[in-house]
Amino acid sequence: MKFLKAPLLTLLILSVVGLVFDFALDAYFQLILLYALVNCLLSMSLNLVNGYTGQFSLGHAGFMAIGAYFAAYANTKWDILPPALNALEFFIYCTGAGLFAAVAGLLVGLPSLRLKGDYLAIVTLGFGEIIRVTLLNMDFLGGPRGYSNIPGFSSFLFSFIFACVWLTICFFTIWRVMHSTYGRGFLSVREDEIAAEAMGINTTRMKVRAFVLSSFFAGVAGALFAHFTKFISPSSFTFLQSVNVVIMVVLGGMGSMTGSIVAAFIITILPEALRPLQDLTGVDLRMVIYSLSLILVMILRPKGLFGDQEITAVWRKYARRNS
Amino acid sequence: MPDVILEARKITMQFGGLKAVDSLEFKIEKGQLAGLIGPNGAGKTTVFNMLTGVYAPTSGEVLLCGKSLAGLKPFEISHLGMTRTFQNIRLFKDLTVLDNVLIAGHQHMKYGIFDALVQTKKFVTAEQGLMDKAMDLLKIFKMDDKAHKAACSLPYGEQRKLEIVRALATDPKIILLDEPAAGMNHSETHHLMETIAKIRQQFNLTVLLIEHDMKLVMGICENIVVLDHGVKIEEGHPGKVQTSQRVIEAYLGVEEPG
Repeated sequence: MKFLKAPLLTLLILSVVGLVFDFALDAYFQLILLYALVNCLLSMSLNLVNGYTGQFSLGHAGFMAIGAYFAAYANTKWDILPPALNALEFFIYCTGAGLFAAVAGLLVGLPSLRLKGDYLAIVTLGFGEIIRVTLLNMDFLGGPRGYSNIPGFSSFLFSFIFACVWLTICFFTIWRVMHSTYGRGFLSVREDEIAAEAMGINTTRMKVRAFVLSSFFAGVAGALFAHFTKFISPSSFTFLQSVNVVIMVVLGGMGSMTGSIVAAFIITILPEALRPLQDLTGVDLRMVIYSLSLILVMILRPKGLFGDQEITAVWRKYARRNS
Repeated sequence: MPDVILEARKITMQFGGLKAVDSLEFKIEKGQLAGLIGPNGAGKTTVFNMLTGVYAPTSGEVLLCGKSLAGLKPFEISHLGMTRTFQNIRLFKDLTVLDNVLIAGHQHMKYGIFDALVQTKKFVTAEQGLMDKAMDLLKIFKMDDKAHKAACSLPYGEQRKLEIVRALATDPKIILLDEPAAGMNHSETHHLMETIAKIRQQFNLTVLLIEHDMKLVMGICENIVVLDHGVKIEEGHPGKVQTSQRVIEAYLGVEEPG
């Protein structure tokens, strides 16, 4: 059980942080925080495909939608466990949502990952739109009216810890995969496909693996999103949502997990943090400042905040320069 | 009759109207150090690409240890024990030297993703074994002190060497070297010749190399295939190739009559 030590410790720390937030923040900030956690899951999982494996996917919102609708449907229609085990039931549905999205990822990935670069981006973009339009036309899932009355968690603390459980699972899964021969396989695909093949790496299979794992966590993120908002509609999963996740990955640095996490927080919180400015000036400069700051970051740090390194390595370098 | 490890049977590669390689035939015996030479544009690299599955030959077939490679993907051919280096270096340049070598060991790693997730004993021992093997290989080439440097930060000659190390890490039976001495000076080339001879002995390898540097080829190869405009014009030991009229004509041109 040694492999559980680090994740459990992380979870413990996060729970304490959650407890603090439970007292310190009001409901509005708490909800933003929960969205930030969902976005963390999304950016970390997309980083696996766009950052580590070097493929350009633009359909992350599609996988998220699949997970969200699955969890919403399962939670309102099915009842497999007694109310006392509600949390476990949520967990099972989240896993189910992830698996559902992973199967979709496999179906999309198998044919399309033979394409490269822009072509793959267009196919995944198309996939995301197909999902959205399909949902618009499925009446038993609410169609354009959306799906409402999704059961959620009773308290913020509970939601926060539940999200952190998934965040921890996601982080350690990707971290450990990346530090195994599979992760090195992903990296080799990004670096040079022809050389990777010559070294005996089945590049297509590697890409599909990364894609499936990535869509699993996107599905889970969708399920969490559904529980937190208690209402979802196809318009929650537009192309813009996919682009948003791509921005997080690029901002954090392609191939940096901690970068993805930090960027997810920045992208979620920044537009909200700028709201008081709007009240003050009376002009909506929010999106202007938001986009200007993104442009500024890309000029000053073209490889993203952390490049392809983790926060610890970046910090060490910074400390050395200043000493 | 000595063992034939690699055999090309009338392989032809046609790019539109251009026949880059035309019914080429040759055999390479086990343990041999063979060379493939020819003037620029003779089709040498195309031959390599056909052998390793990057291109599918328009006609003809390649046999490795008597087994046809028709329809196999490059990674499958690598699993069968044939690997290569590239003319224009194709390292995983943003990764470390060590990672470059570790990636080549992927095909020998038998644990699943689940083993990596729960850090089973199988995973830990396999990774440790791979790491030791990679470091040993780097030590042989005196590159172990640079193991944690980015591959792109190495000087040119070292990058070429790293490509060879990486290829060796796949545990090949036969290794194809595409212009290993390109861009090297005299002493570097000399050093490389020694290295190639050494690895062949130490790893019990068969080597096929493409080279422009005549001195290198004539110095170490036992069997040479000469290609010109996609057609084999001569084959044999260095002495025979060196004096062949057709080879001299291909390289230096035909004397004007009169």
